[in-house]
Amino acid sequence: MTRTDTASPALELDDLSVAYHVRGRDLPVLSNVTLTIRRGEAYGLVGESGSGKSTVALALQRVLPANGRISGGHARVAGKDVATLGSAALRQMRARDVAMVFQDPGKALNPSLTVGRQMAEVFEILGAAGKERYRRGEEMLGRVRISDPARVMASFPHQLSGGMQQRVVIAMALAKDPALLILDEPTTGLDATIEAEVLDLVDTLRQEFGAAILFISHNLAAVASLCSRVGVLYAGRLVEEGPARALFADPRHPYTAGLLRCLPRAGFKGGPALDNIPGFPPPPGSITRGCVFAPRCGLAEERCRAEEPPLYAIGSGRGSRCHFHDRVDDLPRMSEPPQVNSPERGPNVEPVLKLEHLSKTYKLPGDRRVQALRDVSLSLAPGETLGLVGESGSGKSTLANLVLGLAEHDAGGRISLDGTAIAPSVHARPREAVKSVQIVFQNPDSALNRAHTVKHLIGRAVERLAGVGGAERDGRVKRLLEAVRLTPRQLPAKPRQLSGGMKQRVAVARAFAADPRVIVCDEPTSALDVSVQSAILNLLTELQAERQVSYILISHDLGVVRHLSDRIAVMYLGRLMEIGPARSVLQGPHHPYTEALLSAAPTVTGERGTRIKLEGQIPSPVNPPTGCVFNTRCPRKFAKICETEEPGFAPDAEGHAIRCHLPREKLGRGRTGPGAPAAAETAASG
Amino acid sequence: MGPAFGRFLLRRLGLSLLTLWLVSVVVFLGAQVLPGDPGRAILGPLADQRAVAALNKELGADRPPVEVYVSWVGDMLKGDMGQSYAYRAPVAPFVGDALVKSLKLVGVIFLIVVPLGVGAGVIAALNAGRPLDRIISVASLSLTVIPEFVSAIALILVFAVILRWLPLSATWPEGAGPLTQLQYLILPALPLVIVLFGYIARMARAGTAEALASDYTRTAVLKGLPWRTVMTRHVLRNALVPTITVIAAQTGYALGGLVVVETLFRYQGIGNLVLSAAKAKDFAMLQAGILTIGAFFIVATLIADCITVMLNPRLRAEMGG
Repeated sequence: MTRTDTASPALELDDLSVAYHVRGRDLPVLSNVTLTIRRGEAYGLVGESGSGKSTVALALQRVLPANGRISGGHARVAGKDVATLGSAALRQMRARDVAMVFQDPGKALNPSLTVGRQMAEVFEILGAAGKERYRRGEEMLGRVRISDPARVMASFPHQLSGGMQQRVVIAMALAKDPALLILDEPTTGLDATIEAEVLDLVDTLRQEFGAAILFISHNLAAVASLCSRVGVLYAGRLVEEGPARALFADPRHPYTAGLLRCLPRAGFKGGPALDNIPGFPPPPGSITRGCVFAPRCGLAEERCRAEEPPLYAIGSGRGSRCHFHDRVDDLPRMSEPPQVNSPERGPNVEPVLKLEHLSKTYKLPGDRRVQALRDVSLSLAPGETLGLVGESGSGKSTLANLVLGLAEHDAGGRISLDGTAIAPSVHARPREAVKSVQIVFQNPDSALNRAHTVKHLIGRAVERLAGVGGAERDGRVKRLLEAVRLTPRQLPAKPRQLSGGMKQRVAVARAFAADPRVIVCDEPTSALDVSVQSAILNLLTELQAERQVSYILISHDLGVVRHLSDRIAVMYLGRLMEIGPARSVLQGPHHPYTEALLSAAPTVTGERGTRIKLEGQIPSPVNPPTGCVFNTRCPRKFAKICETEEPGFAPDAEGHAIRCHLPREKLGRGRTGPGAPAAAETAASG
Repeated sequence: MGPAFGRFLLRRLGLSLLTLWLVSVVVFLGAQVLPGDPGRAILGPLADQRAVAALNKELGADRPPVEVYVSWVGDMLKGDMGQSYAYRAPVAPFVGDALVKSLKLVGVIFLIVVPLGVGAGVIAALNAGRPLDRIISVASLSLTVIPEFVSAIALILVFAVILRWLPLSATWPEGAGPLTQLQYLILPALPLVIVLFGYIARMARAGTAEALASDYTRTAVLKGLPWRTVMTRHVLRNALVPTITVIAAQTGYALGGLVVVETLFRYQGIGNLVLSAAKAKDFAMLQAGILTIGAFFIVATLIADCITVMLNPRLRAEMGG
């Protein structure tokens, strides 16, 4: 078997079109996409759901669904036109030239075979002998920095953590030393710290293996941190292409510009408002004349609706499918900036919610106990947003459930609403208290009953919580609908007839059904596209300004937390590690754990400060470390005291408390802050 | 298999014994206590009261029910199933013979229906949405709802009476070899094959369709594995776990469902035995027969559970194996 010539590019899409056959019609999903990925290059393909980015990956490996076909153009992987390959040659191409990593590593691994068996399979196809396959599989696991490859080889997929599973999938993909590695949303669903690790790993391995990378993602920041070139896909067309930094810093297509304006970036609450992109992407095949983006574009003119723009070459390797690519800077704001409130925090104001010494212990079989939450005290002022951050298992959701009364806190704790203590269980709380504390879930699909109409969903909440019926209820439903920017046309719709953003609006409307005082927002936008996310974030901001409601915002996206929060609490292993005003927490001095979380978050500018790697796994909450619970992973651990004594948690004048033995002047600051290197030095010498 | 699997097995065994005990109570209540006066039930309303009393004494039914129950269970535990009133002979050999015959029939049923049902389900899934899938799905559903006695009569008419391909009765001549026995058993097996076919085919189709659409199957295809390997190692291995569980659980059901078929085909299996014992008011035989069916059902379910645990690495791991 001869290896493919290395002169041809890793991937060449030449005027590629793909159509899906639906109800007797061919719907174009990709139209005339042309792009080239050189050997060893990392290329990012971004776009919202439905833009066709995953179709690119499926088409170039010829694994389109049964009703899909390449309707025009060519896709060449390492010089081979995939459409013309016979079945043996196609298998050869899949076995040697191209590999793919899917979004959810837990699903990409066969649940009933050991990791070893699945690793060995890759070498089996390449013709290795029995024992050799396992030896090389184990070696490959070592190369993706798995410290105990023999144990992992013998494990079944479900016995590994998400991050570890993704490493195994990446190892399987790289084992064949492919010319092209496709990563389809590889870090969605992973914690920020693990996402950062995976991205770092991919970057290192790309250099070691010399594989080209096609990185498909809706996460612009992740793309910016890994890729040198980027293509932006909209409604099946490549609308802009260019070097990553230049493209994100100076977009030349109004769609790219719009997406970037949707991203919560450096600003704090009250800073620059997010914009959004009005309307929806067109259904495939619905726009046959002119520019596909024209209906949503703030620069569109008559010419845009009549004449489809070609991909204009605009110098320095960039291209834009916009007639007015030189006027993108003039793109007007597409949405009203929302009103922003300020919280009523002060010594004379009663906090709306006060948690005192909340703990939650779960019993495990065998008389073991796990403390999901330990001694958490905090308060929430009227109109205030408290951002809650921490990795999975840190206790964020447990805290939310205790506040909502869905789980009961241990004896000795106390939850007060407007100064009155309320029962731990929601069933024992008076209606007044129940309606005052509401929730918006992450996934509106599973939070809304599919069998009911929008009218019923919101109306029922009004009835139950506000205790009104008839005309008054209908009036309230209408007002709520207006408040969340839906129209009466949506009243008879069922959830499946609504887009993801609309569904989340219905969920927000339901939470606001009866003048709530506190709303727990649990990852309210992480299932949504960027443009929809910004609209929901603006909506939450505006509703808060109107009603002076308080939010507890749980999110792993630090950009979102920064944009909305007045105060931020950082949790680890069920404990509060840090709490304080958003600015103080994010800019520092802050807890070493906060510092690590912040350093893990990629930014769209593509610059990466030194990433602070957290060693090892999160310890088991059944058996938490002694002393400071973070000491087993802390890069700034400096003395025996970290292992023996739990640090105090006294707030300073601003209400900023840090659970760390290090004095404040030695703690880290924001990643570009001047204090960081000095602090690192002291920590190292200490 | 580690010690946890042993504990799981022990717990399941304990539960099975408990179930069996409950079955014995229900059987006892149904056969002995509810008729009130077994002797009267047997001899009829016109019989002389002294004859009834004598029979009750012979049956041991003149004692308090609890005492009767305890001695019955004690005898059963010793392997003594009691005396048949109708045959004036020990029950055990009858039940043993009938059980062996029924198991043969069940064996033939599953020999036919498992490959057929699983095959049809997998083929349907591979052709999902196409006409072949529709045909298999509709056919399997329609077949499932046909009661055994309807299909049995139709089958007898076609294959035994009109075409004369298969013998009408299920009882083979004395000393017939296994192949001849098989020939006699095919026709009686078919009605239950028809009922079970739809069930198994639908399970197999659902499992296969899910596995085919999974990311791990896509990953396997994209490894460049040949289609055959993808199917056997990745698709079927995961797709058929629930089907295998269902099949194992159905063996118990099939044994209980044999009454109609065995009667129609005059086959001396356990179903027929129970039915004629009920007609003859042969309570010892009835109790022993039903208890045997119950025990078989429980054993089949236990085996099904063990298979499920052994096929699923996640459950196996929770068992500590």
